[in-house]
Amino acid sequence: MNLHEYQGKELFAKFGLPVSKNSVVTSSDDILSACRDIGGDKWVVKAQAHAGGRGKAGGVKLVNSPEEAIEFANHWLGNRLVTYQTDSNGQLVSSILVEECTDIAKELYLSAVIDRSTQRIVFIGSSEGGVNIEEVAEKTPEKIIYESIDPLTGPLGFQARKISKVLGLDNDQSKQFSKMLPQLTDLFISYDLSLLEINPLVITKGGKLHCLDAKINIDSNAIYRQPEIQAMHDPSQEDPREAEAAKNDLSYVSLDGNIGCMVNGAGLAMGTMDTIKYFGGSPANFLDVGGTATQERVSKAFKLILADPEVKVVLVNIFGGIVRCDLIAEGILAAIEEVGVSIPVVVRLEGNNADIGSDILAKSNASIESLNNLEEASKKAVELSR
Amino acid sequence: MSILVDKKTRLLVQGFTGSQATLHSEQSIAYGTNIVGGVTPGKGGQKHLGIPVFNSVHEATEKVEPNASIIFVPAQFCKDSILEAADAGIKLIICITEGVPTLDMLIVKKKIDELGVTLIGPNCPGIITPGEAKLGIMPGSIHSKGSVGVISRSGTLTYEAVKQTTDLGLGQSTCIGIGGDPIPGTSFIDVLKMLEADNQTKAIVMVGEIGGTAEEEAAEYIKDNVSKPVISYIAGQTAPSGKRMGHAGAIIAGGKGTAADKIKKLEECGVHIAENLLQIGTKTKEVLG
Repeated sequence: MNLHEYQGKELFAKFGLPVSKNSVVTSSDDILSACRDIGGDKWVVKAQAHAGGRGKAGGVKLVNSPEEAIEFANHWLGNRLVTYQTDSNGQLVSSILVEECTDIAKELYLSAVIDRSTQRIVFIGSSEGGVNIEEVAEKTPEKIIYESIDPLTGPLGFQARKISKVLGLDNDQSKQFSKMLPQLTDLFISYDLSLLEINPLVITKGGKLHCLDAKINIDSNAIYRQPEIQAMHDPSQEDPREAEAAKNDLSYVSLDGNIGCMVNGAGLAMGTMDTIKYFGGSPANFLDVGGTATQERVSKAFKLILADPEVKVVLVNIFGGIVRCDLIAEGILAAIEEVGVSIPVVVRLEGNNADIGSDILAKSNASIESLNNLEEASKKAVELSR
Repeated sequence: MSILVDKKTRLLVQGFTGSQATLHSEQSIAYGTNIVGGVTPGKGGQKHLGIPVFNSVHEATEKVEPNASIIFVPAQFCKDSILEAADAGIKLIICITEGVPTLDMLIVKKKIDELGVTLIGPNCPGIITPGEAKLGIMPGSIHSKGSVGVISRSGTLTYEAVKQTTDLGLGQSTCIGIGGDPIPGTSFIDVLKMLEADNQTKAIVMVGEIGGTAEEEAAEYIKDNVSKPVISYIAGQTAPSGKRMGHAGAIIAGGKGTAADKIKKLEECGVHIAENLLQIGTKTKEVLG
C-alpha cells in the first residue's frame, strides 16, 4: 500500500525528522488560512496523488500569493493528474499540500528498502538528488552508496558517517544525519515499510538537512497490524477493478489485451499470460483465483473479468491439485449461469479427475470449449479473440 | 537417494487441528508420510487423525522425536511458530502459510541461519520426494520417482513442470517449492547445492519468475558449481512493470527483475531455457538425451 506525500510527512514529523511547515486542504476555500498559518510570502503547493513525476506534470508549483495558490487548487482539486508513471487516466487529486518555501542549496537522494539479496534493510544514498535514481545507478554508480542495517545492532554511527561522506555533507550536516538515520530506521520498522524514499533530501541555504519529499510504501502482508496506516488508505488512488478484487481476496491486475484469464496460482497465471502471448494473443488481465477455486470465487472472478469491455473470450486454466476437477467444473458452470456469461469460455482442466471435469463441461449447454491441453486451449482462446 | 526428506522423515504438524492442516495431513498420510505428532496450543493430550496432539513443539520433540515440522498457522503467528520449532531443535521446517510480514522474515532468516536450520517457504507448496514422503500441499498423484530435481518459486507452476516430466517418463528425485515471498527461508542456490550432490538427480528444473535477482544469483552459482544440466523457465514475460503479480515477491521494480534480464543471464551461464511453460518437460528430455 502507498501513502500520500502529506501522510508520509506526518509520519516523518512524528519521528522527529525535519519537514517543512505545512497544511493539507481539500477545498480551495481553506487555502488562504493555510497560507496565513504557515506565514511568509511564498509557498509551494503540491497536488496529492499516488504518482511519481508530479513536478514535470504541473502538479507542483511555487506561488507568490495566496490567490495564485487558490488558482492552483481550483485547477487540480477533483481533477486527474497524469504523469509518466500513471496510465492515461491519471490519478484523482482530492487534496493539496501547502508548504513553506525552502531555500535549497543542494539536492540529495536517500531511500531505504528491504534488499532481497542481503536480506536486510538497506539505505541508499546519493549526492545526486531530485533525479531518477535508476539513471544515476546506471551512469555514475560511484555516486551511490548502499549501506545495510544489521537487525541486531540497528544503524551505527560509523554507517551514518559513511553515508554522509558519499552525500558530500560537512561536519555539522553529518551530525544532523547521524541523528536522522536511527529515526528513519525506527520509522521503517515501526510501520512495516517496504520503501521509504526522500527525493530530494536537501541541504538548505542555512546548512540544514531537510526532507522535501516523502514516498512511503507499506508491506501489504503487515497491514493487519498497522491500524494507523489502515486509516490512511485512499481507495480513490487504486484501479477500481483491482480494489474490488482485493476486497474479494483475489489477485487481479488489469492489462490491455482482450483475452480474460482465470488461473489458480500466481506463477501459473503469469505462465498462462505468457503462453497466450506466445501464440500471438494478448492477455486482458492477470488473475489468481487461489488454490481452491470454489464456485463463489469463480463467480467473482468472472464478474471482474467481464467488467472489462475489451474482453472477447475467457481462458480458464486450472491445475486441480488437491481440489477435484469435477467439482471445479461444476463450480464453473454454476458461476457462468449465475453471472450470465455471454462470450466464449475456453477451459483447460488438468490434474485430479480432469477427465470427469472436462466431460461435465462438454455435456453442458454453456458455450464452453473444454480442452485438457494448455497448448490447444491457448491456441483456441487466441483464435476466438481475433 | 533424494534430498532432505524420505521414508525416515518423522513429521510434526504445527497448527495441526485447523482445517487446512487437517486436509493436507490426511493427504500426506495417504501418501505414506510418517506424521508422528501435531501441535495446537491448548489442545494437548487429544488425538487428531489418530495422532497425538501436543501443546508445544518442545513437548512433542520430547515425546515423539520429530525431525521435521510443517507449519499451517495463520500468518501473524508464523514467526513465533518457526522460531519455536527451531528452538526445540528441529532442523527442517516447512512453512506453507502465505502473507507473513517481510520484517518478520528478516528476523526469522537471521535466526535460523544462526541455528543451522533449513526453512522452506513461507508461501510455498512444500517438499516431496516421490514414493517416499510428501511434506506439503502438492497433489501426490502427479509425481513419480525419477531423476529430475525440481525447484520453483510458484505452486501450480511446479505442478505443471512435475506433470510434464512424469508424462515423459523422467520422474522426479525431490521437488521443492521455495515460495513466492521476497525473503524465502531457502534460496535456489541452497537447493542447487543439494541437488548437485544427490546421486539420484540427473537434471535440475528451476522455475523462476519476475522480481528480485534470485535467478541471476542462481545463474552465477550454476556456472561455477553445478555440473548437472539445469533447465529453466521464467514466468512473467508479459507482466507489466510496477505491479505485484499475486506473489509478494513478483514485481518488476525500477526496471529491475524482468523475465528478459533473467533469461539472458541464465543463458550466459549455460542454463537451458524453456521458452514457454509447455516446453519444460520436452526441453528436459532433450537435454538428458
